[in-house]
Amino acid sequence: MKSRFGPGALTVATWVIAILFVFPLLWMILTAFKQEADAYTDPPRLLFTPTLDQFAGVLERGFLPYLSNSAFVTVVSTLFVLLLGIPAAYALSLAPVKGTSNALGFFLSTKMLPIVAAIIPLYVISQNTRLLDNVWALIILYTSMNLPLAIWMMRSFFLEVPHEMIEAGRIDGATLPTLLRKIIMPVVAPGVAATALICVIFSWTEFFYSVNLTAARAGTVPVFLVGFITSEGLYWAQLSAAALLASLPVMIVGWIAQNHLVRGLSMGAVK
Amino acid sequence: MATISAPARPEPAHAKKAAPKRGTDTPFKRRLPLLPALLFVVAVTQLPFVLTVFYSFQSWNLVRPGSRHFVGLQNYIDVFADSTFLGALLNTVVLTVVCVFFSLLLGLGLAILLDRKFLGRGVVRTLLITPFLILPAAGALLWKTTMFDPTYGLLHFVFGTDVDWLSEFPLAAVMAQVVWQWTPFMMLLILAGLQSQPKDVLEAASVDGAGRWRTFTAITLPHLSRFLQLATLLGAIYIVNSFDAIFLMTQGGPGTASTNLPFYIYQRAFQGFDIGQSSAMGVIVVILTMIVATFALRLMFRTFSVQGGAK
Repeated sequence: MKSRFGPGALTVATWVIAILFVFPLLWMILTAFKQEADAYTDPPRLLFTPTLDQFAGVLERGFLPYLSNSAFVTVVSTLFVLLLGIPAAYALSLAPVKGTSNALGFFLSTKMLPIVAAIIPLYVISQNTRLLDNVWALIILYTSMNLPLAIWMMRSFFLEVPHEMIEAGRIDGATLPTLLRKIIMPVVAPGVAATALICVIFSWTEFFYSVNLTAARAGTVPVFLVGFITSEGLYWAQLSAAALLASLPVMIVGWIAQNHLVRGLSMGAVK
Repeated sequence: MATISAPARPEPAHAKKAAPKRGTDTPFKRRLPLLPALLFVVAVTQLPFVLTVFYSFQSWNLVRPGSRHFVGLQNYIDVFADSTFLGALLNTVVLTVVCVFFSLLLGLGLAILLDRKFLGRGVVRTLLITPFLILPAAGALLWKTTMFDPTYGLLHFVFGTDVDWLSEFPLAAVMAQVVWQWTPFMMLLILAGLQSQPKDVLEAASVDGAGRWRTFTAITLPHLSRFLQLATLLGAIYIVNSFDAIFLMTQGGPGTASTNLPFYIYQRAFQGFDIGQSSAMGVIVVILTMIVATFALRLMFRTFSVQGGAK
């Protein structure tokens, strides 16, 4: 498309707008490398001696257990999603059963139910089953939170498997596990990987369940960040370092998966 | 880059797609792969709601042990008489509508800027999606401190005022952060829509001498409408449930100025320990959501091809 302003000016404008838009984030990254004294200045200080002290401080505050909780919950719940979701996506796409659209509608409807309305019984149940402040409670909840989205998304990838291949496999007498492993999975592997990445993003950033159902023992990185608002006074520089460390894994995953993000986030509706 | 175009088509079509001519498979066997996922989701998402309904008919406060008893509809009567609840309901609606609208508008603008080839396009796109990728908790704390602080915040520095944004404009401040967080999502979806426009139609328009604005309103916008609907719907699903930003930035305050329903229910349950009333509120929220979602789902099934026929 031609532009009245010429491509050069529009490109510069786009860059300026993009940098303004992400400026809070760039500022956070800058602050993470400051001493606390440099973080609180008026006007804000652009020139300062960068330091890694804040990152060391974050580790000293006991960040690592939260990080490992997040990693464990994220990885295990994503594996569960794939384990339950792949056969379901297969059933709803390549071998549709009666009521396929009802099943899909049901999965979708669970995404629309407000989670606040479930938190009270979940709290009571966790307390009675000793799952309060236990990573397994989060694993179960994150699996159920991501499963509907994953099924929708994987279904859209499964629909692209050439039908003749599956029929041929069936005629040869392949069972479902064999069909999945030998014929379907090689075709849908990129889609399944994209689905897994999206599950990772949502599990890592989830806040409501983790804040309400976990504490010191099973807390995930968002819970660690909450510790900053309750602590005596706010340490901006250290908070920035913590926010950066906590977000980095997901930022990297998201950057890698950005081409698949759209399709995943739209539950497969948009390719 | 095809998208699913789905004329509203109810049940039939799956027969033609997957021609399941397997006489050996019983219906049960064919449903088997679906069952574990279905049972799991039912157990984990539906059972708690059943319990919520059950609790909502009881007077039950955790700080008064032994106080638990059946009270019928009393909790519901109390909830509707509670002006904080009605305020939180209003805040939720305002927050959702305003945030969806502005993030959609900004997302559209950014998507249009990105929908052309230019130097560093990949880098700019990566930059722009990043607010969506940082932890919402980190984003909320970041805005609370570095943007809105009345003494050291960037807004103070840029505008030179000592406004304490979070106490003077709490809901607007929260909304600014939520819009910032959700704009990238809208942008990505709309960008996918823009890039799936048939090129020949655009060329034909330009050959016919249609101006840019004319092309945009007559061709691009109608093409985008499904993407915009989808973005609205998905954005709304998540933004209605906003909790992080309010919890971390304003704690619903000052007073109850920025309290939304998720935060209020959380407060009644985890600070007031009033299981009965917060359950009643939860049930009311579910009913309201179901009413809205019924319309939304209808739209959704038009947008998605549930039959899987379309490519």
